[in-house]
Amino acid sequence: MAKRNGKSRIESGVLVKCPTGIAGFDEITFGGLPQGRPSLVCGSAGCGKTLFGLEFLARGARDFGEPGVCMTFEERASDLTQNVAALGFDLEHLIASKKLVIDHVQLERNLIEETGDYDLEGLFIRLNYAIDSIGAKRVLLDTIEALFAGLSNVSILRAELRRLFLWLKEKGVTAVITGEKGEGSLTRHGLEEYVSDCVILLDQRINKSVSTRRLRVVKYRGSTHGTNEYPFLIDEQGFSVLPLTSLGLLHKTSEERVSSGIPRLDEMLGGKGFFRGTSVLISGTAGTGKSSLGSAVVNAASSRGEKCLVFAFEESQNQIVRNMNSIGINLEPWIKKGLLKYVAARPTTFGLEMHLVRMHKVISEFQPSIVVVDPLSSILQAGEADEARNTMLRMVDFLKERQITSVFTHLISDNDRQEHTDMAISSLVDTWILLRDIELSGERNRAVYILKSRGMAHSNQIREFVLTSNGIELRDAYLGPAGVLTGSARLALEAQESADRLQQLQEVEQRKVEYQRKCAALEAQISVLRADLQAEQLTLAQLGRQEREREQALLQNERNMAVSRKTAPNDKALSRRASGGAK
Amino acid sequence: MNKAAKTPAKKPEKGVRTKPNKESPENWTLRLYVAGQTPKSLTAIANLKRICETHLNSEYKIEVIDLMSDPQLAASDQILAIPTLVRKLPEPVRKIIGDLSSEEKVLVTLGIFSASDLRNATAKGA
Repeated sequence: MAKRNGKSRIESGVLVKCPTGIAGFDEITFGGLPQGRPSLVCGSAGCGKTLFGLEFLARGARDFGEPGVCMTFEERASDLTQNVAALGFDLEHLIASKKLVIDHVQLERNLIEETGDYDLEGLFIRLNYAIDSIGAKRVLLDTIEALFAGLSNVSILRAELRRLFLWLKEKGVTAVITGEKGEGSLTRHGLEEYVSDCVILLDQRINKSVSTRRLRVVKYRGSTHGTNEYPFLIDEQGFSVLPLTSLGLLHKTSEERVSSGIPRLDEMLGGKGFFRGTSVLISGTAGTGKSSLGSAVVNAASSRGEKCLVFAFEESQNQIVRNMNSIGINLEPWIKKGLLKYVAARPTTFGLEMHLVRMHKVISEFQPSIVVVDPLSSILQAGEADEARNTMLRMVDFLKERQITSVFTHLISDNDRQEHTDMAISSLVDTWILLRDIELSGERNRAVYILKSRGMAHSNQIREFVLTSNGIELRDAYLGPAGVLTGSARLALEAQESADRLQQLQEVEQRKVEYQRKCAALEAQISVLRADLQAEQLTLAQLGRQEREREQALLQNERNMAVSRKTAPNDKALSRRASGGAK
Repeated sequence: MNKAAKTPAKKPEKGVRTKPNKESPENWTLRLYVAGQTPKSLTAIANLKRICETHLNSEYKIEVIDLMSDPQLAASDQILAIPTLVRKLPEPVRKIIGDLSSEEKVLVTLGIFSASDLRNATAKGA
């Protein structure tokens, strides 16, 4: 019966995969577990092996129409049912509707004696019967290694296990076999020797008293798979694996701009704001207005009707709403409309990976277009620097892939050099807005500048960042000899400058008047001189006339004298005189 | 395939000291689970019959269940290994797995003899 299915699957050549339905797992294995083959899920106690298996069965029965058989060697059926009921799986209903069989195999060594040769045919028969009774396609054996505790003849056991796994393969069921992690080997009794098509290792690690669960596909014959360790989460919806590290740099880019909600900041960002789907880092020391800036972005986006998600690690939702009200940002209506959602948690509640998984989940559910993480620094403190960087990288990649604009606020300490501390994450962000406080003449004022913004001509200026009761304003900062002037120093300088300017104006006016006066004086002088000149010319002309008249008179006199002397006038002399006189 | 429930005609036999069991000896109910006619199953059936005939002079009942034909019966007695002998009565339930090739172990586990009885018996025999 099921044997035939198994054969046909194997002969078809390409490995068929059986979707587990476990969030993220099918992505990292590119489809799920190998269909018709047994897979080994191993890990230490309490890392979620059984849950993985049960979810595989329950989802198969519920979502993929593949009934399943659970053969449990450890927990009773009622315990299992209870355990997964909390995760939203109603096993009792599945059992009642003949989609699931749970068979509890009890093995008590003190009640069993062994004499002579035996095999585990009984187990095979039970399993076979269970599979055939509901036409099961999926099988969970949890934890078959319990047999090693119940039976003493290891050589028989090993031979029988080998036979069991071969039999499962022939039967064509997709099986999950769980195994406890042993010293130096994947499972305590070396099950990986027999089940070697697909081996999944679950791990739970404690770092700084915060535990993180991780999953790794150790081996997957005949298929590519993600090889990294993926953090996973067990919550009220079951198992979810975070496939983030499988992302590459393949995300689309958008030309669309997103306003920051502050017109002058948009102006600084090439006039239009951020690119959609980019990551924005707002870093600054304590109290520089990072969260306020973040809220302004959220407020602007919500008022455009976009969905926003804020991960708050320092303040509760109510606190944020109240505080933002004080600077004229009213977030409440957006929350009521369902456009804005706050997810508040203390950073120490989970490990880094867990935070990431949680964020991943919420983002997938809420589908926001803007995500704000406030502040990033506190979750990064939950892990080592490398890890933190990785987390950030994954987060950024994940958000970019979904074209979600991300805003991270980042607290930096006063004594660090601001650009330096964030070297690790700076390469990951597209736009980096730095908020600084400037202490000057007994005041602390805020300043903002854009350290970088990829793909746009951004302003290189430092602006003063002012939180008013009507929102955030950016003002031009004054550059004086002592550096950037802000606050009252700026006001003082402004006053000083306007006074100076007035004085200058007045001076100019005065000089103008003076000049006019001088001009007028000179004009007057010129006219006097001209009059003099005219007078001189007149005199000169008069003198000439008088001279000529005198010459004439002289000539006349000579003529007269010649007449009276009766002498012929000396014509030559006369003419000479006349010409000389005329000159 | 219920091919059992035989009452042996043989009465007390010498050789090994028979000692009536404290619990009601008439109520021996033994159930042997096998799967098909495999050599192991056949050996187990033969061994069981021999032991019962030798040591249980009073009434006893042997049920042989072939799981090949009745697979649904495997779960109720928590059968894993084949062959498995289950002592249903007297209580408590005891199980022996294997082909029952070690007579002493079978006798002790089934409670036909206590371990000390067996030691005495073998000492006398020797």
